[in-house]
Amino acid sequence: RKNCPGTTSEQAGKSSSCAGCPNQKICASGATKAPDPAIAEIGEKLSTVKHKILVLSGKGGVGKSTFSAHLAHTLASDSTKEVALLDVDICGPSIPRIMGLEGEQVHQSGSGWSPVYVDDNLAVMSIGFLLSSPDDAVIWRGPKKNGMIKQFLRDVDWGDLDYLIVDTPPGTSDEHLSIVQYLSSTHVDGAVIITTPQEVSLQDVRKEIRFCQKVKLPIIGVVENMSGFVCPSCKNTSQIFPPTSGGAERMCADLDLPLLGKVPLDPRIARSCDEGKSFINEVPDSPAAKVYQSIVQSIQDYCSNRVTEEQSTS
Amino acid sequence: MEANNDGSMSQVRHVVLVLSGKGGVGKSTITTELALALRHAGKKIGILDVDLCGPSIPRMLSIGRPDVHQCDSGWVPVYTDAAKTLALMSIGFLLEDPDEAVVWRGPKKTAMIGQFVSDVAWGELDVLLVDTPPGTSDEHLAVLENLKKHSRVDGAILVTTPQAVSTGDVRREITFCKKTGIRILGIVENMSGFVCPHCSECSNIFSKGGGEELAKLTGSIFLGAVPLDPLLSTSIEEGKDFIQSFPDSATFSAISSISQTLLESLQTA
Repeated sequence: RKNCPGTTSEQAGKSSSCAGCPNQKICASGATKAPDPAIAEIGEKLSTVKHKILVLSGKGGVGKSTFSAHLAHTLASDSTKEVALLDVDICGPSIPRIMGLEGEQVHQSGSGWSPVYVDDNLAVMSIGFLLSSPDDAVIWRGPKKNGMIKQFLRDVDWGDLDYLIVDTPPGTSDEHLSIVQYLSSTHVDGAVIITTPQEVSLQDVRKEIRFCQKVKLPIIGVVENMSGFVCPSCKNTSQIFPPTSGGAERMCADLDLPLLGKVPLDPRIARSCDEGKSFINEVPDSPAAKVYQSIVQSIQDYCSNRVTEEQSTS
Repeated sequence: MEANNDGSMSQVRHVVLVLSGKGGVGKSTITTELALALRHAGKKIGILDVDLCGPSIPRMLSIGRPDVHQCDSGWVPVYTDAAKTLALMSIGFLLEDPDEAVVWRGPKKTAMIGQFVSDVAWGELDVLLVDTPPGTSDEHLAVLENLKKHSRVDGAILVTTPQAVSTGDVRREITFCKKTGIRILGIVENMSGFVCPHCSECSNIFSKGGGEELAKLTGSIFLGAVPLDPLLSTSIEEGKDFIQSFPDSATFSAISSISQTLLESLQTA
């Protein structure tokens, strides 16, 4: 509806453009401005989750899901840690394939939905598990996507977790607003921002960073993926996605953000993702795997430092 | 539904959506390169960029941030040249601050896209290419609904990269097309191998063969494969005309062949 003042604005239901809108009565009653009770429920449900990390970009295809999956695998390689990966990319859920869980279905029990387990200590949830065929398209508008995200946060029986990693779709829209909103009564450690070196990516990533600042989501740091390619034959490096404006390094310097690492292109990464295997397990000595490992260590340090800070200030 | 044939789209001969489902496969790059190739072939082309969160096309065409003007028939698109052979309308032009995020929920995006489609005075065009964001959501439904009101949509080109993680999403986009009655003009496989400029060794960085397999699986036409080419990435970054700069490259040849096939299928439909 043109000129809709917004369902949560002061003018909701009362402005002249509301006349004739089927929602006018509801908006005017103030019901739409009341906070969603799910927010408190989610706060309660996730109180047993020690650390929450969002993986964002703004730009598509930079390796958010790839990174989220490998972050999850690496954190879960410590068998004393409980890790979960939540995929809120409703239209393009890549996580089931990348985690080797294609075709798995979720089960409902008295305590909610059970996530799908990769290992005893690594759980995954994605809309991909609710689709019956790989051709099924989720052609949903914003509100329905938001509802799904709410359910994922409120109704999945995560149990006690050390880490909950949330993989997101590209953009700054419903999914991102909803995730932040529904997590607003929990503590989110922060966001890891993924980019590739070229300006075409960075221009979208800067917007994502602005979004994080707007919603007061701390940024743990930036990962630059696809950072150069070393030819396996002649060992020369090619900048396939050229850092024409200085890459993530310059952006991080300009915006005073930590650059967590630069991961080079490696054909074995795409192959591992397609096969549902952990690249870090498959090729642990590759340059890319080493960078991933160092990035994960930085993230772990950030999370434990935050706990230490909180303990010392309380 | 009868298309309303007066108004902003009445002189647009063909409308082609560029879709994927998957992000980062090169929809905007392929849209830009096809536009340049079709223009090179003497056609008048328009590009409508409905990626509200990540509008990439202005930079790719070196257009920067022009003022957008209105005339009696609506918003005047921005032309890349004095001869007006390539026109562009993008949300990017309407943002005051290029780094400002467009943090809108679905309904607001839907409303903006409605205006975009109805109110741009495209004038006479041979082909209008519509670049979309990844997904199967508000933007896609909005652009389709609004285009259908004003014009016939000839069909969609689907862009993928070779790996299964991409084709997995593109399969869903194909379902979207079938459900919404969009004819699939064909599949383009982008980032199809990398030939090392130093030693000519070919590396399949994003796997191999997925585009053709997807075409077979879904009974679609395989339009062609475009290799990973740092010269193309640089041209796109710098907003240069790749077609003019590298007419002898394998990449140009691939793009040119895809654009020819596209033109033929539009003209015979």
